[in-house]
Amino acid sequence: MNCGPRLVPAGPLMRDHRTMKFAPFAAAASLSLLLAACATPAPEPEPAPAGPAPSGTQAPADRGEQITPGSARDFEVNAGDRVFYGFDRYDVDNQARETLRRQAQWLQRYPETRIQVAGNADERGTREYNLALGSRRANSARDFLVSQGVDASRISVVSYGKERPSCTQSTEQCWAQNRNATTTVTSGAAS
Amino acid sequence: MRVMFARLAALAAVFVLVLPAARAQLVVDITEGTIDPLPIAIIDFVGDDPRAAETGRDISRVITANLRNSGLFAPVSPDAFIENIENIDLRPRFADWRVINASALLVGKVTVDSDGRLVVAFRLWDTAAEQQMMGLQYVSVQENWRRLAHKVSDAVYERLTGESGYFDTRIVYVSENRTGTEVTRQLAIMDQDGANPSSLTDRSYMALLPNYSPNAQQISYVSFRGDSYAQTYVYDLRTGQQEALFDPNAPRLSDSGQSLSARFHPNGRDLVLAAERRGRHDIYRIDLRTRQLRQLTNTPSDDTEPSFSPDGSQVVFASNRGGQPQLYTMNADGSNPQRVSFGQGRYNSPVWSPRGDQIAFVKQQGSRFSLGVLAADGSGRERILYEGYFVDTPAWSPNGRVLLFTRGDFNREGTDYSIWAVDLTGRNLRRLPTQGAASDPAWSPLLD
Repeated sequence: MNCGPRLVPAGPLMRDHRTMKFAPFAAAASLSLLLAACATPAPEPEPAPAGPAPSGTQAPADRGEQITPGSARDFEVNAGDRVFYGFDRYDVDNQARETLRRQAQWLQRYPETRIQVAGNADERGTREYNLALGSRRANSARDFLVSQGVDASRISVVSYGKERPSCTQSTEQCWAQNRNATTTVTSGAAS
Repeated sequence: MRVMFARLAALAAVFVLVLPAARAQLVVDITEGTIDPLPIAIIDFVGDDPRAAETGRDISRVITANLRNSGLFAPVSPDAFIENIENIDLRPRFADWRVINASALLVGKVTVDSDGRLVVAFRLWDTAAEQQMMGLQYVSVQENWRRLAHKVSDAVYERLTGESGYFDTRIVYVSENRTGTEVTRQLAIMDQDGANPSSLTDRSYMALLPNYSPNAQQISYVSFRGDSYAQTYVYDLRTGQQEALFDPNAPRLSDSGQSLSARFHPNGRDLVLAAERRGRHDIYRIDLRTRQLRQLTNTPSDDTEPSFSPDGSQVVFASNRGGQPQLYTMNADGSNPQRVSFGQGRYNSPVWSPRGDQIAFVKQQGSRFSLGVLAADGSGRERILYEGYFVDTPAWSPNGRVLLFTRGDFNREGTDYSIWAVDLTGRNLRRLPTQGAASDPAWSPLLD
């Protein structure tokens, strides 16, 4: 039952001279065309159960280390540069207050110094929400320092959200470490 | 920094309408839940010389992949083809195509005109009704052969589904590079199918959360520069130039803080974004030209992640004003806030669909994340499209049919991030081809 080729009846040709804007072809197109590649999703184990909260204090310096009083290292080791928060929390708990009080004392002893408080979040939240959460954490630490007598003009705050984790593993211990406000002496420290 | 869009070649394209379809009945059933992919035979587009024939084969491959990836079409294997079509202006032997269960038949031809431009002519046939459904040709410079293939794909998709397509589009996303513990995130751009990837920003600063303008020529995104807090930037894809939304030397936000992901109003001139002021985040609307700022929310809580409705009359956003983050809508002037999410868990990243009736969101419940859509009318009706270890940043296809999202897969040494697509029905989950880790997709409108 071969109908055989027949000509398509020709209708009137309509022309449309619309202008099309084409972006130039990317010069880097020597890359192979990765069409329709599809990865098999890996099995998804449940995350590890919540571990104990990490210590808010820093490990003491090695006996041999020479720490200059008033230096950034002095602040980090002897005041403690980091306070930690619970999941989706930004209130400073007792342990965080202890660290922040030591920070405030150090800052009063070295009044020429200025600091930056950076708020961080774990990766278990959306990117934007975590930027807001990190900001809350930095501000709550800043507010506590101010309540302890540190001049607000010496403190700048920044939120890194989940963009600058100190620990990258997918464990509760790691996430707990990343839920922090980290204080850095930005100027006026002894070298 | 290499900028791929330094210039735009404007060129005339000629559409030749060969014949309007008479009364073809062939339609892809896209009723939710009952999708039978339409079997379609796509021949290797023919060419008069070996080079044109090779381009024709390449174009057919791109069209085939597009239609297959949409989940609405089932391309028939060319191994099954009986008739060998060499002249696309002749009527096909329909019985030969019906017998291999091809409901639709796409034939095409590639030629090079006297100006050296590529001419792609094609005809779409309904094999049961033995009728031509469409006959068109597209013309462009030869380097644009992939875009011509996407244009043909969009034409076929629209003719058979009744909805506009999304193949001649691009995706801006965040490309992640890890060297040891250092992670850099830069903006990259690629075609919707992963072809033609290139970088928009370099690795000297972190770039996050891109969004497209309605004319596809600008990108808003969030960046960290130096030790400063996150700031919103606007990047011009034509010129490669970019600027901070808030001039750091003349801040409009007194006591200013970070400013986050900005989404465009359909007018292309206004943006809505969350910005920090005195430690809390509120929603602001800013005029891109005058930089005039209007505060839309004013609560002690954090209001973040705003997105305009497609008619520009409303804004959806996430807020923890009720405790855990939930989704709210309000009028575009900030009046009449209404909660629209009511389920268990934490709701974030709302994005209003181009059709207006749905809002995509990310939900976090315990250790699980999901991508869902909820009714914009406040009825609380919601559907989950994907559930997994981590989800963020939904992005709608221009026709509102497909969602892209960031998916994180568990890896003890560090979560693996990639971009995935899923149909509005929750079907057709697939990974987008990117080199290395990728996240934060932004889907362009259909290109001109």
